[in-house]
Amino acid sequence: MSVLIYTENFDGKFKKTTFETVSYGAEIAHQMGTTAIALSLGSVADNELLTLGNYGASKVLKVNDARFSNLDNQAFAAVIAQAVEKEGANVVIMSGSNIAKAVAPRVSVKLKAGLVFAVSGLPKNLSPFTVPKKVFHGKAFADVVIKSPVKIISLAQNSFGVKENRQTAVIEAFDAKIDDAAFKTKVTSVEKSTGKIILTDAEIIVSGGRGMKSADNWKPLEELAGILGAATACSRPVSDEGWRPHSEHVGQTGKIIAPNLYIACGISGAIQHLAGVSSSKVIVAINSDKEAPIFSAADYGIIGDAQKVLPELIGAFKKFKAEN
Amino acid sequence: MKILVCISNVPDTTTKIKLTADKTAIDLANVQWIINPWDELALTRALELKEASAGKITKVSVISVGNQSAEPTIRKALAIGADDAFRVNAEAKDAYFAAFQIAEAVKTEAYDIILCGIESSDYNGSAFGGMLAEFMDHPSVSSVSNFEFAGEVVKVNREIPGGYEVVEPALPFVAIVQKGIAKEPRIPSMRGIMMARQKPLKVVEAAPAEAMTEFVAFEPPQPKAACKMVDPANVAELVELLHKEAKII
Ligand SMILES: Cc1cc2nc3c(=O)[nH]c(=O)nc-3n(C[C@H](O)[C@H](O)[C@H](O)COP(=O)(O)OP(=O)(O)OC[C@H]3O[C@@H](n4cnc5c(N)ncnc54)[C@H](O)[C@@H]3O)c2cc1C
Repeated sequence: MSVLIYTENFDGKFKKTTFETVSYGAEIAHQMGTTAIALSLGSVADNELLTLGNYGASKVLKVNDARFSNLDNQAFAAVIAQAVEKEGANVVIMSGSNIAKAVAPRVSVKLKAGLVFAVSGLPKNLSPFTVPKKVFHGKAFADVVIKSPVKIISLAQNSFGVKENRQTAVIEAFDAKIDDAAFKTKVTSVEKSTGKIILTDAEIIVSGGRGMKSADNWKPLEELAGILGAATACSRPVSDEGWRPHSEHVGQTGKIIAPNLYIACGISGAIQHLAGVSSSKVIVAINSDKEAPIFSAADYGIIGDAQKVLPELIGAFKKFKAEN
Repeated sequence: MKILVCISNVPDTTTKIKLTADKTAIDLANVQWIINPWDELALTRALELKEASAGKITKVSVISVGNQSAEPTIRKALAIGADDAFRVNAEAKDAYFAAFQIAEAVKTEAYDIILCGIESSDYNGSAFGGMLAEFMDHPSVSSVSNFEFAGEVVKVNREIPGGYEVVEPALPFVAIVQKGIAKEPRIPSMRGIMMARQKPLKVVEAAPAEAMTEFVAFEPPQPKAACKMVDPANVAELVELLHKEAKII
């Protein structure tokens, strides 16, 4: 019996989501009275692997094999399944990321293990194993029972938090059996912007909707994002119009985000938009229409013209940053 | 070459979600049903690829797991332009069950490319496509935001944090698609709707299988506290509230 946590790395480094996933897995292991084992695939230095101990992993299995520097869903799933079997793990934890979306379902079939994706908190019950999850994009919460002996759960981002729980992790090399022929997808090129804050990593997001009126009006919004160390986002019509890149579109059909603070400027708050942002810890809405539905989803609101309010806010946040 | 698009029949995205009295299920009476938005985009792209293929892609089929009530949604996919359809006659108990059924139903059909949406807008499982690929022992690429042919080779864009990778999969394979895969979903034309009635819709009986998961209870979301309004003439108050009350800056 044990809990196995798959830890994603990004060019050999772990991110906050990885530490959150480990923290969560360690807490479940504690509830079950067993140990939390982390699994890492790809080239990650030992001193980086050891940081997983800070969040409760007592052992780190490493497959230090450069073939895992690019994601191949089938090969990754095969090795994760081997590690689960080797450790006799009965609970497997993954993040809620696109990598988990790509790999976890395949592990589920390999191990005949039930999978619940984007779980929103700790299990409500260990027997029958019951986990909470949002459905219909936050319009309801559900309890889901996993009936198989091995259970796989993916944790929705930012729903548990990073919790320190210092253990001295031991690193163990895991000699996974996988042929080159098992890698059936080939990455031929990568396009990546550097230096920009990535939307799904951002703690603060400043977002604009059709009420911003034109692409040119984004300057103050970007300035505010700069001051707050925030990423920028937009509603669907804004990316459809080409005012902003598609990668910034949030909502049901775009990115699902869960930052600490979401500032919505000139966004009406359509149900499909809220589907992607309602997991934000705090929502601030700036809208000229006091009846806009965004105000029912927001914690703080300002009724006003975004073009007038944004410069004021920039001034106020600048002052705050200078004083704090 | 043949393409299969998996479609899920889901409540319209604007549906108000009501629970049954005992809170063990969603009350689905009076719900409008639609093709899952991502699946609709997948179908649109499949049809575009077929049209641009100069006859190389001979067929686009759709498949869904569901009972008779899913047929209007399947007919809509035919009206949009799919050539034929399958329905596996069973309630899709969970993604594992549904993926198993589809893998069984098409295992002798030799599709070269299978497309599915990255998530269903009802239970938000994000599991189906990967499970299907594993049941079929096909490679899969997920988070696909663009799909092209370069001669015989398939090139897909996979979204990664901050950008994308171009990936070449070996065929047959499963593409799990998201935003970007097609611009706008296609809408059925009058002619399409007429023709859909004549197109083959084959009903396949379900194979024996168990679900791995079960939804046992539902709750409505906690009502949110009223929004605190800040005077636009005094935005410093907002900064203060975010700092002292919400404690997030
Ligand atoms: C299947 C489906 C999926 C969808 N998925 C998404 C999705 O993922 N994400 C998404 O965002 N949408 C999605 N939509 C679209 C969604 O229904 C809305 O149309 C969209 O969110 C509206 O965008 P908006 O708020 O920017 O624009 P609008 O609804 O036009 O709202 C503009 C707002 O700006 C305010 N405003 C105007 N001028 C000013 C000013 N000077 N200062 C301040 N405020 C001002 C107005 O009062 C209004 O509230 C989807 C729709 C469908 C059918």
